[in-house]
Amino acid sequence: MNANRRYFLKVAGLSTFALTAGVGASLAKAAAVNEKVGEGSYKVSEKAVHGKRFAMVIDTRKFQTEEDMLPVIEACHKFHNVPKIDGPKEIKWIWHDKFHHAFVDDTSPLIPDEVKNRPYFLLCNHCSNPSCVRVCPTKATYLTSQNLVAIDYHRCVGCRFCMAACPYGSRSFNFTDPRQYIKPEDLNYQYPSRMRGVVEKCTFCAERLENGQMPLCVEASNGAILFGDLNDPESEVRKALAENFTIRRKPALGTDPGVYYII
Amino acid sequence: MYNSKYVIPGIILFVVIFTSPFWLNIFTPKYNYPELAKPVGPNGEAVECVEPVKWMRANHMDLLISWRDAALRDEKRVYVSSTGKEWETSLQKTCFACHSDYDNFCLKCHDQNAVEPYCWDCHIVPQGNK
Repeated sequence: MNANRRYFLKVAGLSTFALTAGVGASLAKAAAVNEKVGEGSYKVSEKAVHGKRFAMVIDTRKFQTEEDMLPVIEACHKFHNVPKIDGPKEIKWIWHDKFHHAFVDDTSPLIPDEVKNRPYFLLCNHCSNPSCVRVCPTKATYLTSQNLVAIDYHRCVGCRFCMAACPYGSRSFNFTDPRQYIKPEDLNYQYPSRMRGVVEKCTFCAERLENGQMPLCVEASNGAILFGDLNDPESEVRKALAENFTIRRKPALGTDPGVYYII
Repeated sequence: MYNSKYVIPGIILFVVIFTSPFWLNIFTPKYNYPELAKPVGPNGEAVECVEPVKWMRANHMDLLISWRDAALRDEKRVYVSSTGKEWETSLQKTCFACHSDYDNFCLKCHDQNAVEPYCWDCHIVPQGNK
């Protein structure tokens, strides 16, 4: 009886060892291939423009008509594959509107005609206290360390809470596949488009800043739009703010918008 | 033994069915990697991928996900590969610069393995073959 049990245990033990050794060896072999290479590391580009609080100053005196604004809008929308859709489902990153639409809680009706009738550039204000970020249920939209309000389209579920929260109307929703509104020859292969069901907006050209370039609207504006770090007293935007009287859109809401208008 | 004329064939049948995946695997032809379009540099020269080919074949999807997270969340857009070379973490600007033939590169393997990644809903497929 005892001899039989001993024999059984020996055989069982040996066969378990044989089985696991085979599996273990093949697993180790698979792991070795991965380990040998491993993954690299990540770093910030040496060319990158750095800032703690990126902001924009728009000299509205230099854009008297809507035609003056077209090259700027075109430069942005063309590069970022923003579709041109008419009607309520339009998608816009940078656009323009009248004074009393842009600055609703401000000023008397009796302002100079020249100021009243001029068009004003509107875009995402990249607030430092953004209401859109507070309401996003998936953290698809977030504030970067340089105070850019960014969207991770991979994570956006299209709930549009951010659109309801944004007091500036800066966000657009893709009701349909935007690709069908962009001619294939107009597609920019250096930048993705978006898909149906995500919200999109201006990014302050975060990926260009990383390469040491200024945002596209700034480049296309011939110096009428300035961009830089608000925390740096030597920056172009700080100098412009020191020399000119500027206003912001809906400052009373406490979102601390980052787009300043020289009137 | 009771009912041996049912029990023994039953055991044999069970063993055959239980081990059938192994038999199927032995007798079906080996998996063949599809013939892919080799990546080419701007002047048509042969180029090296960000990581060794064998590793990329198994792990490119994980690498792309970590590229995405590094670029968007950690704000680091330069990848230093295991070989020490530096790359911009961009699917369209970096990968597609060499892998410019979507139909004969990405699609061939994805088709054969029945995976349908939704990268292409937003990222524009390269048009090298058009």
